[in-house]
Amino acid sequence: MKVILRHPKREMELAGRRRVKELLNELDILPGTVLVIRGSELLTIDAVVGEEDVIELRPVISGGGA
Amino acid sequence: MKCRKCGGTAVLELRRHNVAFCAPDFLEFFRRQVNEAVRRHRMFTRDESLLVAVSGGKDSLALWDVLLEEGYSATGLYLDLGIFDYSRESRAKCEAFAAGRGAPLRIVSVEQEVGAAIPEVRAATRRPTCSACGLSKRYLMNKAALEHGFPVVATGHNLDDEAATLFGSVLHWQTEPLARQSPALPSTHPKLVRRVKPLYRLSELETAAYAFLRGIDYIVEECPFAKGATSLLHKDILNRLEDASPGAKHNFLYGFLEKGRAAFEQASPVELNECVRCGQVTTGTLCAFCKLADQVKRSR
Repeated sequence: MKVILRHPKREMELAGRRRVKELLNELDILPGTVLVIRGSELLTIDAVVGEEDVIELRPVISGGGA
Repeated sequence: MKCRKCGGTAVLELRRHNVAFCAPDFLEFFRRQVNEAVRRHRMFTRDESLLVAVSGGKDSLALWDVLLEEGYSATGLYLDLGIFDYSRESRAKCEAFAAGRGAPLRIVSVEQEVGAAIPEVRAATRRPTCSACGLSKRYLMNKAALEHGFPVVATGHNLDDEAATLFGSVLHWQTEPLARQSPALPSTHPKLVRRVKPLYRLSELETAAYAFLRGIDYIVEECPFAKGATSLLHKDILNRLEDASPGAKHNFLYGFLEKGRAAFEQASPVELNECVRCGQVTTGTLCAFCKLADQVKRSR
């Protein structure tokens, strides 16, 4: 599957099916800090993602501000 | 995962509430939380015109969207910080949103008001960039609201922003910021408009999910000057706590608002004056914004 990451924007290829929770674990990303996007849908951590999927992990944390 | 309400496929799990929702039920939950924030803190009435500070990011555009959907008269205010491509892109997002919704948008240039854009302000002062930027934004929001007759300014601060601010203030026991931290700051001077944060009950994940599900085209990239900001470090610490103990941020913030804040408020009475130069409200004689503008001038 293709995984799109941000800050900076980059892509990586991963082989095999897995649950979103496992994907986030592998990438050391805390659930709750990213939207997991497949096309026009949001996925919860128990969803299974497969070889053909394009998954965007979009950070939700905004910084700065005072 | 199933939606707690209808049993359909869930799109978002809210661990701190121990629920998951499908898209329509999540959007309904989101609107309910905003309405509850407005009601609980008497933020504004249906008759008032609201000025909504928008940055092009998920929080402020989600806020503007939900207020328009709820039938409020909400005008956007975009402060152009002059931060290279980031500002150009974020301004374009705000303009596109306003055009799509037929909503009015006012634009104020920081460069015109301060005498320099944020990158130059950053170079001219010893303040952290986010601090100088935040100071300018608060001043210009108030000024714009006063000039155009808005009684209230709404900002997109969410639960994570508020918890991180509280965490930073507690770490240093900054009693004045602790006294001022509230979802609704009343007008305590004729030249100070009310400031409200209708998203304070919603996490950053929830505002991002709302923006995504509503099809809002927001700027995902971060401000280039936010890198290394202390607030991001505090958010990271709180997110680790939240992961191990869902509800930690919610309990930290709500506990402070319900049990802690009043003590600081009583201990920190503030005398308000009008700045001798610009006439805006300050605790001294020359306001912090005019001092900042002076610093920029001297650096040239």
